[in-house]
Amino acid sequence: MMRFGYIIIGISFFLCLCSVVSAVERFPPPQFESDYQQPLTTTPAPCQSIYEYIDAVVLLAALSLSSYLVLKKRSRRAIFILMVFSLLYFGFWRKGCVCPIGATGNIILSIFDRDYAVPAVIVVFFLLPLVFTLFFGRTFCAAVCPQGAIQDFVLLQPVSVPDWLESGLRLFAYVYLGLAILFAAIGKAFIICRYDPFVSFFRLSGNFNILVLGACFLVVGVFIGRPYCRFVCPYGVILRQLSRISKWRVTITPDPATARRASAETSDCVKCQLCEDSCPFGAIREPTANWPIYEYGKGKKRLAFFIILLPIFVFSGGWLGFSLKTAVSRMHDTVRLAERVYLEQTGQVKGTTDASLAFRATGKEVKALYDEASDIRAKFGPAGSLLGGFVGLVIGLKLIGVSIWRQRTGYEPDRASCLACGRCFQYCPREHVRLKNAREAMSKSQ
Amino acid sequence: MAENNKGIARRRFLKDSLWAACLAFLGGITGFLVGRFRKTDTVWQLDPYKCIACGNCATYCVLEKSAVTAVHAYAVCGYCRICFGFFGPEPFDINEGAENQLCPTGAIKRTFVEDPYYEYTIDESLCIGCGKCVKGCNTFGNGSLFLQVRHDRCVNCNECSIAAACPSGAYKRVPVEAPYILKKVDHA
Repeated sequence: MMRFGYIIIGISFFLCLCSVVSAVERFPPPQFESDYQQPLTTTPAPCQSIYEYIDAVVLLAALSLSSYLVLKKRSRRAIFILMVFSLLYFGFWRKGCVCPIGATGNIILSIFDRDYAVPAVIVVFFLLPLVFTLFFGRTFCAAVCPQGAIQDFVLLQPVSVPDWLESGLRLFAYVYLGLAILFAAIGKAFIICRYDPFVSFFRLSGNFNILVLGACFLVVGVFIGRPYCRFVCPYGVILRQLSRISKWRVTITPDPATARRASAETSDCVKCQLCEDSCPFGAIREPTANWPIYEYGKGKKRLAFFIILLPIFVFSGGWLGFSLKTAVSRMHDTVRLAERVYLEQTGQVKGTTDASLAFRATGKEVKALYDEASDIRAKFGPAGSLLGGFVGLVIGLKLIGVSIWRQRTGYEPDRASCLACGRCFQYCPREHVRLKNAREAMSKSQ
Repeated sequence: MAENNKGIARRRFLKDSLWAACLAFLGGITGFLVGRFRKTDTVWQLDPYKCIACGNCATYCVLEKSAVTAVHAYAVCGYCRICFGFFGPEPFDINEGAENQLCPTGAIKRTFVEDPYYEYTIDESLCIGCGKCVKGCNTFGNGSLFLQVRHDRCVNCNECSIAAACPSGAYKRVPVEAPYILKKVDHA
């Protein structure tokens, strides 16, 4: 026992002497006299990535099928079955990774970082849903996205959310998208993946906090339809904008002409109001007449006011974003480490963290770390003001948007918010006429 | 009426142009990225020379049993009789008794080779990647025990959870053809 203690003391002394040269073998590897064969370190090969290519093909097929089911077949049941398939395949079978929402981070990083080349499959995952949305509306959200599917699955008691609250909460998604871009570009961190609430369910294991977050989303999702999709999803923000100008889109009435041309001027809606409360996502807009004459002057003034206000919003947002740079940059690992090391150096805190220990072990100059951190913080200034300006722009445009009187001749889904789930179809009496005609045509042909 | 139609036609034209612009933009992104496509994929791996064996690998992996385990570079090993990766700080005796071991799961096998050398082998089915043995071997020994992401278990997340929690920034993406960073005999 004593001898062992001496060994430790001896070795510690030895270590102190040669702490600078850390990577030298302290004990020379032995020359064996017996016929001992030294084994090699095993290196099991990574799993074949063939599945990724199958994933891309399945994604394409699922998107095509979803678009067909939403726009042509108009069957909620078929959409639901496809949704369950996507939940099982992309979610539970492929463990929800890689998904188009998280792929945003890879795309941004590959744009900003010259050394990072993005795998082709991830580009396909990012772009395919965008292209499909540009043609057919948000059919990706309807039945392909596993994140959306798991929330749609638990939606049992839909409660309507007032418009002002919906728009206000949605602002978070824009901020989240901005932050995700900021951190992928500057910090090389994918915060969308890091805070993905449902991937732990798909893997049936994961970080406890994220698991709790996911459970909260699912519990809220029983009453408020798809809370992640509507108020958080950063990819949904991009899909919203593309869906506004999509070539074809969901219509409540089954009139092919309106579906094709996708404009409000002709609609065969009979305004029976049956579909009014059918949308759990609050995406159905009521028909409106011309601008009421007593409202006209007031509305015009309000619109002018908000248009003047728009640059003010953008600039104050930018200023706020710039002034928050110190706080936001603290989320970056290097900046946090530099601050910690500074506090330790000046003796303001006692003890060390794992990160500061690891930094000391590298033997790098403290000054180099400080320089690197201040470089990064300097980058957060303009980036933060861009983000703030973007959020200001979103608020300003939303205010202008609500001040414009839109004329609608019938009930129609909101172009941006409609998730193409197909719940409203069966409420439309015109749809029942279409189905009856289709049945009769079927029986005649037989 | 005619004027109204004109308005609608103009709006439609503007909308179609915007639509085409969006499509062109997506095409542009594709074009930009096509030039930078990587032929092969990458996997996550940790650099053992940066690792400080903090223990995060055992707890932050999304898998229930971490994909990271300790591995042994036999060529670096000193085959010590008293291995600081195997024995706890104050072992009761120098033998393989469980009470003497540092490893919480008993994943290291100690076998006699020839006097005074002993071989240490890691049973990866038991190893949880806590890095206790790595710390011991790095501090007092040759540093032949080190942590590696085992790719037969790793699910290759888009962003590795351990990488996000690693205090020394040891994790990086490596090409799939060279998925391991092994320790080598250092002749410095």
